[in-house]
Amino acid sequence: MATENVANAAALGAAQGPTQGEYIVHHLTHLNSTGEAQKSIVDFSVLNLDSFIFSTALGILAVLLLAYVAQRATAGVPGRLQSAIEVLVEMVADQAKGIIHDAKSRLFVAPLALTVFVWIFFLNAMDLLPLDLFPKIWSTYYEASGHDPHHAFLRIVPSADLNITLALALGVLIVCLYYNIKIKGIGGWVHELFAAPFGSHPVLAPINFLMQMIEFAAKTISHGMRLFGNMYAGELVFMLIALMGASWAGMHSLSGGLLFAGHVIAGSIWAIFHILIITLQAFIFMMLTLVYVGQAHESH
Amino acid sequence: MEHILGLVALASGLIIGLGAIGACIGIGIMGSKYLEASARQPELMNELQTKMFLLAGLIDAAFLIGVGIAMMFAFANPFVLK
Repeated sequence: MATENVANAAALGAAQGPTQGEYIVHHLTHLNSTGEAQKSIVDFSVLNLDSFIFSTALGILAVLLLAYVAQRATAGVPGRLQSAIEVLVEMVADQAKGIIHDAKSRLFVAPLALTVFVWIFFLNAMDLLPLDLFPKIWSTYYEASGHDPHHAFLRIVPSADLNITLALALGVLIVCLYYNIKIKGIGGWVHELFAAPFGSHPVLAPINFLMQMIEFAAKTISHGMRLFGNMYAGELVFMLIALMGASWAGMHSLSGGLLFAGHVIAGSIWAIFHILIITLQAFIFMMLTLVYVGQAHESH
Repeated sequence: MEHILGLVALASGLIIGLGAIGACIGIGIMGSKYLEASARQPELMNELQTKMFLLAGLIDAAFLIGVGIAMMFAFANPFVLK
């Protein structure tokens, strides 16, 4: 994997000669519906096609994998894949049981948590593919079809796109609001909005309401930002490591050899550490989903 | 121009450095408490380990978001118009 990065990055550097800054900026630009980099920070008319396509494809892949295992599941001696999926499902079911005490809600929320975990794990795992593999294929194709390869943008880690992670967090918020209303009733929930956390005195009502709104906003934004921040920083570190390999001009000088060794060693260490990060972040997102939905079940 | 670049470089260093201080203190306190707790009650070790990793991810997250932002400032500097 690391040597491929070297070859790709070096080839890119030799062919087009981007500076280090240009290389990073090019890799941080999404393939979107306008065909160029997004100009303003918030622009709802832009659709990031790469995140959309990769997240949908990975979602379908995850569903197919789980369906394949579920169909071939046997009560006899299970295969390795079946055992792994069984461990996974049991783990999620245990966590759900510990956090959400309403067995009826759990029928929906536990599968939701499993979906969230598996999907986010797949999205994050795209980080482990060679950094330049897909962008290089895409730019070669783009050039072959008669376009400028400098505008062939592609980012393959959907969870390093803030739009995707915040959309997931908003989905969880909607589930929370649904359970708030379902469990407490609309009147009960509105009463809680104005009476918790400080008490149901009329003077305290606006403060309570403000606190509740801040709590919902902070929960949702930190939920999405946490996943995004981890994946974005991880992707950037992979790019920096790739740049180290791209500076390698040959084995004839000592610094060249050191850069090559540094690339291989740093790339391997970071990739191994990243296996922990991608699993942990998917797990944390799932756990927080369960915790937030669990909070929606508690009445004050 | 150079002025802005220098300030942004300093800012990136501060973002990463101060974030690292906080995250390291947090992880250190949690790790020491975990070791203490599992020395007192070794039978709880597995259960606590899951929770420790969960919290480690939570503590790390704010720091890593900072690292991401600092890296973006350093390489795709939004303050200098190209």
